[in-house]
Amino acid sequence: MMLLIGGKNLGISSSFRHLCAALLPKSISKSGLDYLRGYDWRKESWNLLFAAGMVLGGCIATFLLSSHPMPVLPPEIHTPQGALKLLAGGFLIGFGTRYAAGCTSGHSIMGLSNLQKASLAATLAFFAGGLTAAALHFAFGLGGR
Amino acid sequence: MGRLKFLLLGVWFGIILTKAQVISWYKIRNMFFFREPDLYLIIGSGVAVGALSVFLIKRFRLRAFSGEALSIPGKDLTRGTVVGGFLFGLGWFITGTCPGPIYAQIGSGELWACFTLAGALAGAFAYAMARPKIGD
Repeated sequence: MMLLIGGKNLGISSSFRHLCAALLPKSISKSGLDYLRGYDWRKESWNLLFAAGMVLGGCIATFLLSSHPMPVLPPEIHTPQGALKLLAGGFLIGFGTRYAAGCTSGHSIMGLSNLQKASLAATLAFFAGGLTAAALHFAFGLGGR
Repeated sequence: MGRLKFLLLGVWFGIILTKAQVISWYKIRNMFFFREPDLYLIIGSGVAVGALSVFLIKRFRLRAFSGEALSIPGKDLTRGTVVGGFLFGLGWFITGTCPGPIYAQIGSGELWACFTLAGALAGAFAYAMARPKIGD
């Protein structure tokens, strides 16, 4: 499956995959303030197209390419509390990735591929955060769910 | 073609993330609980392929199809890299999603992923507000 990504991406987009990966989270910051106004987002609008494409891709993969689509989120999250949890977690994702200037794609895949020290630090920090949350999850008796 | 190619690349990436189940909450949990190696292998092979690509691009000074030279701007290691990275890690576990898959989740018909996206937009906005104080 990753051979697919590798083999194809190498051919299709040896040029743009970095850009796509590296700028992905920028797509979630396009209005207001210096950080958001200080650059020409129109120049980065390709990134929004990329994001829109991903919505479409998720749709195609689920409804056209899967005989048994997998559930994406667990059923128990479809409650008001679950929505709050997603909002709060999403907030951490948005804040954290902008502060760190990258996410899994920009740092862990693209950055590490480019052998960047900052991306190694970021990737370690991502997993430190995730594993800490997992440990807390256990500590509070929520078990392996 | 123009900008359409970015849309198509997004479609491609979205299909891959979906078919690889990277957009699944369960997969993320299984990764953080060390229950299955799948995501580590996916990320690992992504890096292996990516590193080889970057190496070849640099070695042979490859250009984009449009002819422009390729450069990969580096990123500085700052406090934000570590602190922000840690916060993102927490959110990654809580929502079972990292930024890219949010879009694919929505596309797959999981409309509750819109809450994750709304939270992420709010978080990015909050960072924009906080940036004058906390820097990069």
